[in-house]
Parts: sequence; structure tokens; C-alpha cells
Amino acid sequence: MSNQAVTQSSAQAGPGREDAALLPPVDVIEDATGITLYADLPGVPKDRLNVRVEGETLLIDADLVLAVPQDMQASHAEVQRTHYRRAFTLSRELDPDKVSAELNQGVLRLRIPKAEHAQPRRIDVQVS
Amino acid sequence: MYRSLFPRDLFAEFDRLQRELQQSFDTVSPSIRGFARGYPALNVGSTPKSVEVYAFAPGIDPARIEIHLERGVLTIEGERPSTVAADDGKTTAHINERFAGRFRRVLSLPDDIDPAAVNASFRDGVLHVSVQRRESTQPRRIEVQ
Repeated sequence: MSNQAVTQSSAQAGPGREDAALLPPVDVIEDATGITLYADLPGVPKDRLNVRVEGETLLIDADLVLAVPQDMQASHAEVQRTHYRRAFTLSRELDPDKVSAELNQGVLRLRIPKAEHAQPRRIDVQVS
Repeated sequence: MYRSLFPRDLFAEFDRLQRELQQSFDTVSPSIRGFARGYPALNVGSTPKSVEVYAFAPGIDPARIEIHLERGVLTIEGERPSTVAADDGKTTAHINERFAGRFRRVLSLPDDIDPAAVNASFRDGVLHVSVQRRESTQPRRIEVQ
């Protein structure tokens, strides 16, 4: 439990709590050199996505934009909010300055590499 | 059942508490298929001239979505590949919540739709199917001669 590199922090307390947001489903996969995070954010255009690292917290904030006809009456809605939010706590060996993000067809892919000192290294044995 | 007054495994106890709390919040019993409403999530709306269906299907190749309309029943099906690769001993999946595998959602449309006037578009992971209503069912004003 405690050795997970990315642990999900509980919902943000304080400001920003009052508007409930959609919690996007994610996959978090770790390999030797870093962590890859996939998040489902359907309906989010690139300019309405906000990924940022504040201290040790990784925040994903996004707005769902749908082109809906003016006179449309909703009859069935499984997605009822227009804002996505999710936060994760990063662990120390991850490098928050080198996070890269790409958004493709509603899927956000984040790559968080491990810091230089945490990369696996092979130590050559010297034979004298 | 005997339960120690001073449990040794405090974390297990917290875990149990959390689960009990969670259960008391979920007043309705979950569906046997889980809490998810299915993939893709659907929003449906209507205008006087059309029926609009929005399917939230992120990460799908739009060319591989099958949409069928048969006798007023709209079917959306396809397959979503998994990003969590088979366990090769080098990667660890810490969280795996995203849907993967085959999906199929079926929706029955109103009687007055025109099966020949269907439009489907895909943008930012949202599939939008717009089905026009038949011209003949539109309200009309009849002129008195």
C-alpha cells in the first residue's frame, strides 16, 4: 500500500470543493524509468485541459465541451457534469519538471519520468 | 464473533471501517455489473427536428465503431484495446479503471425518425449521432383555401 509510487489523494479540501466534478477513470502503469498515466476525458478539447503540478500534487482539470443544438431537450443523461477533476500525490523519485502530456481523441496520456538518481543503473564489475 | 477490543492490525481495521462507511453511503445496491453505467456513457436529447445521441467513447478509432440502425433500434458497438499490457514482469499497473474490451450499447429511438437521415461524427472522444425526424411528422400549418 505505501510503496505505490502514485497514490490517489482524497478530494481536495477547501476551495474548489463546492462544485462537484466528474472523476475520470485512469490507468497508472509504472516501468523502470517512470510512470505512464492514461485518463479518459471525452469531450475535452486541447485548450480546455489543464494539467499542473503543485508541490507534490498532480492536478488534472478539464472542461467538457459539447456542441449541442440550441433547442435540444435532454431526455437521458449519464454524463451530467461538464467538469473533470482528479488529483494525485507524486512520490519523491518522480521528476515533476519533466512531465509530458498528450491528448488524443479524449484520452490524456501523461508520462512522468523518474528522477536521474532514481533510474535503474547497472554496475559493471571490474575484473582485475 | 469475538473481536479484540484492541486490534493489533490497525490498518486492517481502518480498511474495514472505510468499507463500512462506503457501504452506508451507497444507499442503493450496486448493479451486478458494477457501478459503471457501461461504456460508452450515453447522453440523449431531442429537438423538434431530430434526435441527438452522444456516446462518450474516448480512445476509440472512429473507423472501427459499428453503428447500426435497424427498426428504430440504434446499436453502437466496437472494441477498445487495453493499455495495460500483459504482465511481462517489468511493468506494474497501480490503477486500472479504464474500460477495455468489447462493448455494445443499444438504444431504442422514437417512432418518427427517418432511418435514411442519420449523421455520425466523432470529436475529442465523443461520438455524436444525429437522427432526423421524418418530414411528414413535422407540425404543419394548413392553409384554408
